[in-house]
Amino acid sequence: MSMNEQQAKRYARHFALKEIGFAGQKKLLSSKVLVIGAGGLGSPAILYLASAGVGTLGIADFDNVDLSNLQRQIIHKTDNIGMPKTESAEKAVKSLNPDVNTVLYNFPLTPDNIIDIIKDYDFILDCTDRFETKFLINDACVLAGKPYSHAGVVRFEGQAMTYIPKKSPCLRCLMGEVPLDAATCKDVGVLGAAVGVLGSIQAMEAVKYITGNGELLCGKILSFDGLTMKVRVHSMPGFDHECAVCGNNPSIHSLAENRDDYTLQSCRTGGEQ
Amino acid sequence: MIIINGIKTDADGKTVEEYLSQTDYSRKRIAVEINGEIIPKSQYETTVMNDGDTVEIVGFVGGG
Repeated sequence: MSMNEQQAKRYARHFALKEIGFAGQKKLLSSKVLVIGAGGLGSPAILYLASAGVGTLGIADFDNVDLSNLQRQIIHKTDNIGMPKTESAEKAVKSLNPDVNTVLYNFPLTPDNIIDIIKDYDFILDCTDRFETKFLINDACVLAGKPYSHAGVVRFEGQAMTYIPKKSPCLRCLMGEVPLDAATCKDVGVLGAAVGVLGSIQAMEAVKYITGNGELLCGKILSFDGLTMKVRVHSMPGFDHECAVCGNNPSIHSLAENRDDYTLQSCRTGGEQ
Repeated sequence: MIIINGIKTDADGKTVEEYLSQTDYSRKRIAVEINGEIIPKSQYETTVMNDGDTVEIVGFVGGG
């Protein structure tokens, strides 16, 4: 792959980084990253991955842009209210960096379609806003052997971790089962800059993974509290051998078998989705 | 005494499970770190907290 004059100028600050350089930029330009959720976490993640020159950016979201999103979902614009988030995000990506090819998934990812979608990507970002979907992505990535970045945020705080197949514990090793009583951003609020911090960390993990640099948040949880500015990295050195999906005797062999885990609590109780 | 989230707590000799059962923590939304290492949930019943241990309860949030 050769780079034209425009690209040489666009990525000049990457070339100046010894960790990335020309070789790292070529890796980025030929990489494929899927961002699931074009909301609070996905907005900064997609923008940073697009500006970094990730060659193919998959964007999955089934929502439309709403006025109440714009306080934190910085990829979307007032003019795009009512537009599918995937298309709104694509517009921002294209105007930022024409090098990036986008693939849009304007429908929910489910136990029936997620494996087929993630198999085409080198790295996946879980930028979704509820645990049921986060566990779907975790289990899909474990079963398909795909690396991914997890993050979650509410209020001023959040956490991030990175999963690398067979090398690091997965979300289930840490959390066990899907929590059904977790607070949502809609209920308890969320600060835009807080999702900005965690979404940026996810983009950084993707760039590090693709270019083979630094230490990933593997076997580690980064927890961030923007109110107190306490940032900590907690270590989980080993797998949970009793983990239901990546343990020694896993009980989850397919997503379809485990479908109930990924069904939104609100749907189980007949409430608003 | 055991330092739990920075506070001296009298929980010497208790298992993680015994300690958590006396608190309001939602088991599914936390990880427990003892002396710098998170312990798997499957070991809560067998892991005993000893005098001088430093314990951090790490919360998980699900929004985004």
